[in-house]
Amino acid sequence: MNFTINGQSVEVEADIRSSLLDLLRNSLGFTGTKKGCDQGACGACTVLVDGERINSCLALAVQYQGRSITTVEGLGSDGALHPLQQAFVEHDGFQCGYCTPGQLCSAIGMAREIERNVPSVVTADLTAASVTVDETELRERMSGNLCRCGAYNGIIEAISETLAETSASQTPASSHERARA
Amino acid sequence: MNPFTYERASDASAAIELAKGNAAARYLGGGTNLVDLMRETVERPDMLVDVTGLPRGIEPRADGGLLIGAAATNTALAADSHVRRHYPLLARAILAGASAQIRNMATVGGNILQRTRCRYFYDNAAACNKRQPGAGCDARDGFNRYHAILGASPACVATHPSDMCVALAALDATVHLDGPTGPRSIALAELHRLPGDRPDIETELKPGELITAVELPPLPFARRSTYRKVRDRASYAFALVSVAAALDIDDGGVVRNVRLALGGVAHKPWRASAAEAALKGRPANAESFRAAAEAELAAATGLRDNAFKIELAKRTIVAVLGELTGDDA
Amino acid sequence: MSMQSESANTRPGRWQPAVTQDPMLHKHGALGQPVSRIDGPLKVQGKARFAAEFPYDGLCYAALAFSTIARGRITALDTTAAEAAPGVVLVMTHRNAPRMKAPSLMMSSPTAAGASDLPVMQDDEIHWNGQPIAVVLAETQEQADHAASLVRADYAPLPAVTSFDEAKKSPRQLDNLLGQPPVVEIGDAEAALKAAAVQVDQIYRTPRHNHNAIELHAATVAWTGDELRVHDASQLLDLTAGQLADIFGLESDKVRVSSPFVGGGFGGKCLWDHQILACAAARLAGRPVRIMLSREGVFRIVGGRTLTEQRVALGASADGNLDALIHTGIAAMTTHNSCPEQFTFPARHLYAAKSIRLAQEVADMDMLANTFMRAPGESVGTFALECAIDELADKLGLDPIELRRRIEPETDPTSGKPFSSRHLIDAYEKGAERFGWDRRSPTPRQRRDGEWLIGMGCATATYPYHRFPGGAARIRLTAGGQVTVSTAVHDMGMGTATAQAQHIAARLGVPLNQVSFEYGDTTLPRGVIAGGSTQTASIGGAVIAATEVFVEELLKLAGNDSPLAGLSLAEVETRDGGIGHRDDAARFESYESILRRSGRDELVCEADAPPPAEMEAFSMHSYGAQFCEVRVSEITGEVRVSRFLGSFDAGRILNAKTATSQFKGGIIMGIGLALTEETNFDPRSGRIVNASLADYHVPVQMDVPAIEILYTDIPDPQAPMGARGIGEIGITGVGAAVANAVYNATGKRIRDLPITLDKLM
Repeated sequence: MNFTINGQSVEVEADIRSSLLDLLRNSLGFTGTKKGCDQGACGACTVLVDGERINSCLALAVQYQGRSITTVEGLGSDGALHPLQQAFVEHDGFQCGYCTPGQLCSAIGMAREIERNVPSVVTADLTAASVTVDETELRERMSGNLCRCGAYNGIIEAISETLAETSASQTPASSHERARA
Repeated sequence: MNPFTYERASDASAAIELAKGNAAARYLGGGTNLVDLMRETVERPDMLVDVTGLPRGIEPRADGGLLIGAAATNTALAADSHVRRHYPLLARAILAGASAQIRNMATVGGNILQRTRCRYFYDNAAACNKRQPGAGCDARDGFNRYHAILGASPACVATHPSDMCVALAALDATVHLDGPTGPRSIALAELHRLPGDRPDIETELKPGELITAVELPPLPFARRSTYRKVRDRASYAFALVSVAAALDIDDGGVVRNVRLALGGVAHKPWRASAAEAALKGRPANAESFRAAAEAELAAATGLRDNAFKIELAKRTIVAVLGELTGDDA
Repeated sequence: MSMQSESANTRPGRWQPAVTQDPMLHKHGALGQPVSRIDGPLKVQGKARFAAEFPYDGLCYAALAFSTIARGRITALDTTAAEAAPGVVLVMTHRNAPRMKAPSLMMSSPTAAGASDLPVMQDDEIHWNGQPIAVVLAETQEQADHAASLVRADYAPLPAVTSFDEAKKSPRQLDNLLGQPPVVEIGDAEAALKAAAVQVDQIYRTPRHNHNAIELHAATVAWTGDELRVHDASQLLDLTAGQLADIFGLESDKVRVSSPFVGGGFGGKCLWDHQILACAAARLAGRPVRIMLSREGVFRIVGGRTLTEQRVALGASADGNLDALIHTGIAAMTTHNSCPEQFTFPARHLYAAKSIRLAQEVADMDMLANTFMRAPGESVGTFALECAIDELADKLGLDPIELRRRIEPETDPTSGKPFSSRHLIDAYEKGAERFGWDRRSPTPRQRRDGEWLIGMGCATATYPYHRFPGGAARIRLTAGGQVTVSTAVHDMGMGTATAQAQHIAARLGVPLNQVSFEYGDTTLPRGVIAGGSTQTASIGGAVIAATEVFVEELLKLAGNDSPLAGLSLAEVETRDGGIGHRDDAARFESYESILRRSGRDELVCEADAPPPAEMEAFSMHSYGAQFCEVRVSEITGEVRVSRFLGSFDAGRILNAKTATSQFKGGIIMGIGLALTEETNFDPRSGRIVNASLADYHVPVQMDVPAIEILYTDIPDPQAPMGARGIGEIGITGVGAAVANAVYNATGKRIRDLPITLDKLM
C-alpha cells in the first residue's frame, strides 16, 4: 500500500484488515496517533486526510491508499512546535497527553471546516456567509474528542487563541501542507 | 475481524458486478459502522466492494428538488448551500449526528444502511434475533433505554440510529437503487422495515442492490423546518428521541401543510403520518400540536427503561412545532 | 554515595512529622508558579511513548477471549480453529498456562498489588462474566484479534449472585474499612433523630462507574532468561514489580517495570489480569508480547467503582444544630477484592453533631472485582451526605452555607483529634462571593430563560490527606550544579514531574532549569503509589529526608576551610545554589564550590521518608466548596451545567496551572457522575452491557462550561511543603452540587444518580 504521510511517500505491506490507525502505529511507527476505543467513540485516533479530520480507527487503510495523511508528528516544522501545539502547552490543554494528538489534528481540521463555512448543529443561521466563531461553536465542533482528564477548558482556550492569531487568509495548516500550498 | 478481499469499484455497474451472487459481499462506504461491526465479528463479509468512488455530487434539479450522490459525505451534504437554504431540517439532522470526524467519513448511502446500536446486537454473548434469527432478544427485558416505543415486535425492539434518515423521511426522499436486476427507486419511508418476526431483514434491498443516489422532491415550506435531538449528553450521543419537522401555516394561522418524523423511537425512521393528518387544517397552536402528538403516540408502548420516551416524544413534537410557529424563517 | 536508612529523625534540624514543620513551609521560590508542564512539548508532538509503543524485535501481539457466564466451569474449550488461524504463535488457556501464584490483595502486604486474589488462568473455574479464558499471540494485531474470535467454550454454569437486590439480602460486615472501624457510634443517633425538631431521612443511590481513561490498558513485556521487563501503564510501579516477581517466583530485582507516561489512570491503571497474562504468554512463547485491551476488554477485566445504596438521616434543632447524623448503607463487592467504597468517610469529620452513627456493609456478588476510582468513597459518599445537608437547609429555611457554618466542628467529631488545617468556611465564603451565590433564590423554580429553568446549588468537597511510608528519594548533584532527584513515582497527567521539579528547585535553592526529576521506573529508588491523592506528600517526605542527608554530607565535605565550618543541619538552610547559615548571610558556600574543593564530581544521597506520624496526631483533610448553576429544560428534562466554580482548601498549591487543571478534571468527572455516567450491569447474566465509549457516556466538550477554580493556598503546617493532595477532591461534592442546583431549578430532588432527563420530566 502507498501513502503520503506527513509529506513523505511511504510504501508498506499490511494486513488487508488493518485500520489506518493500526497501520500508522504498528506498521509505520507513527505512534503519536492514539487508540482509545477503536470504534469511533473517542477521537484519540483523529488524523487529517487531505486536510480533513477523520477517525483513523474506523478507516480501513486499504481504502486510503494514495491519500495524503497528516499525523501529529507532521504538525510542527523543523523541530519547532506548531502554534496550536505551543498554545496547548501554554493553556494546559491536556494532562496525561493521550488524547492530545487527536485533539490537535481535530482542531486543525476544524479550522479548515470553519474556513469553508461548514456549519455545526449550534450554528444559528445556516445561511450565513461565514461561521461566527464563539465558545459554543468550538465546544460543539470539538465534541468528537473525549478527554477523560478533563482538559476541555484549556483546549478551547488554546484553540481560541490560535484561531484569533491566525489571519483569515491563513489556515493553521501543518507545515508540509503550508509548504505545498 | 474475519479476512476478506477488497475491491474498489469505479462505478455502480462495476460494483454490482463485483458483488453479484456473493451473499457475503458488502458495499463499503465510509466504513464508520461496517468496520466497527466487522471488528465485533457481527458482520463477517468475505468481500468488500468500496463504493466511495461512486458519484458524490449534490445537484439541484430543475423542479427545485435535489439529487444527492450516495457517496457524498455527511459533511458535504450538511454544508451544501442548497440544503442549508431549502432543507434546513436535513442539515441540522446530519449535524446532530455523531462527530465531525465521522461525518467527514460517512457517506449518505452508508448512513441510510447503518445498523442498530442495540448493545445486545453488538455483543455476541447476548441473544439477538437480528444477529442470529431465532436466538431470542435480550433487550426486551434488559437495558432498553434506547429502544423502540413504536412498531416493535416480540422479536426485536431495536431502533434505527440515523438522524439524517429522520429528515429524509420527513422530506419524502426517494432512494435510487441499482442492482443485478437493474435500477429502481423506492421511497425512503418504505426502504427500512419494521422488525416483525424477521428483524435480521432490515430493508427492502434485494441481494446485491446498491444505493446510488437519494432524491429530494421540492418542498418550498421546508425552509421553515428544523430538527431537535434529545439525548443523554449534550453532543456525540445517539438520540433518545428526535423530531424533524417542516411547517406551513397560512395567514390565518392554520396549518396548511406539515411534515413530521421521529427518530430514536422505532426500527425505522418514523414518519408521523397520524400527527400530520391530525394537524392539517387545524390552528397552529399548542393544543393542536399536543393533540397531533397524542395521535401519533397513541399506539406507543414502553418497556422497562424507555416508557418515558412516549411522553418525551410528545413534548418534543409540541416544542418543535411551537418553535417553527414562532419562527419567521 | 551515602545511604541513609536509620530512622534517626530526632536529630536537631530533622523534620519530625507531627512535631516539627517542613523547613520550607514558608519558602516560595518556584513553588506555586504556573509553570507549563515539563513534558508538554513531548506530549503535543506525539513523542511521549506510552506502554504499547515500545518496539521489540520479534514482538507478537496478544488478544483475549472472555467468558460469557458469571460463574461455573469451562467444560470444553476448542482452540483448534484459533491455533490454525494465520499468524498465530500461541493460544494459551488454563490448560497450558505456566503455573503462577495468585496475586495478593492490595494492602495485604508491602508488595501486594492484586486488584483481586483470584488465580489467573490456572483452572477451569469462572468467577465473573468476562473473565479471560484464552490468550492468543499472533504476528499482527489483526491476526490475534481474529483468532481470539474463533475460540469456543462450553460451560457448566453454577448459580451466581448477579442481582444487587438479591445480594443485599445477605449483607456482610467488614472487619475494617481501609483500616478504619466500619461502625462509628457516638451517642444514640437513632433516638436523637426521632426526637429532633427537624428531620431528613433519605436513601441515595449511586451506580457503577468505570474509569475509562482514554489510553486503553496496555503492556509490552519481554523476558531475558529469568529477567522480566514490563513497559506498563501503571500507577503502582514498585508494587507491580514485586507482585509479578511473586507470581512468577522471581527475585524482585529480576523484574523491571517502567511507565514514564500513563494515558490517564484514575485508580484503574493498576495490576489486572492482562499484564500477568502477557508475561505468562511471553514466557511460554519465548517472544516479547504487546497487549492492548480493546475498550470492551477494559470493561470486562478492569474493575470500576461499585454501586452504593446509602441512607443519610439528619436530625436538627430549629436553629440548625445537628442532634443526629446517620450515614449508613451497603455497596456491592466481591469476596476476592479489597475495595469497600468507603462512602461513610466524609461524615466522620465534616460536621459537628451531638450523636453520630456511621456504618456500612457490603453485598457480595459474582462479578469482576470492583476497585478504587477517583475519590473512592468520598465521591459517592458526599453525593448522599451533601444532598441531605441541602435538604435539611431547605427544611430549616436556612441558606445551605449558613447551615454549614453552624455545624462547623472545632475538632474532628469522631476521632477528637485537632485538625491540622481546616478552612472550609473560608472556601465557601470566597466561592460564594465569586459565584454570585447571593443571586440564588432559596425557593425553587424562580429563574427561567424560555423553556430552561435555572438553579444554583453548592456542596462540600473533601478528601483525606494521606502520606504513604516506604518511599525513598535520591538526590544527585553534579559538579556543574545540576540536580537530579529520582524516585519510582508516576505522572499520569497530574503534573508530578513539573511540580516536583519546582519543589526541588525551591527546596535546594537552585534554578528550575538545573533540576531534573526522574520517575516512572522501578530501577529508581522505591516510590510510592499514585493513588489516594498521596503521591505529592509522600514524595515530599522522602525528598525532605534525602535533603537532610544531602546537607549533612555537604557540610562534611565542606570541612574546616569553609564559611560553613562547624555548622550543623539545624543551623543551616539551602539557598542560592548552596548552603548558608540561617541567620548569617555571610556564612555561605555554593554546592559547586563545596564539590570542587573536595575534589568530587558528584554527590549522591538517598533516604527513606519518615513514618507518617502527622496522620496519627491530626485529622488531616482537604476541603472545598463546589458551586454549580444548571439549566434544566422544562420540556425534555435535559440538564446543562451552565456555570461551575470550585473553591478549595487543599494546603499549599505547588503549581497554579497544573493544580487548576487537576481540580477542573475532577469536577468534570463529577459532572459525568452527576449527569451521564453509569455502567449497566445486566442482573440476568452478570455481564456489563454498555462496554463501550459510545454507550458509557463520559462528558464531552459540549457538556462542560468554563469552570472557575479558587484556592486558599494556606499551607498545612503538618504536611511536607504544606501541600495536601489534590487529585481526587475535585470530583467530591460535585454530584451533590449538581443535584442541589437541579432542585433549586426545578423543585425536584433526584436521589438516584445519574440525573438523567427522564427523572426530571
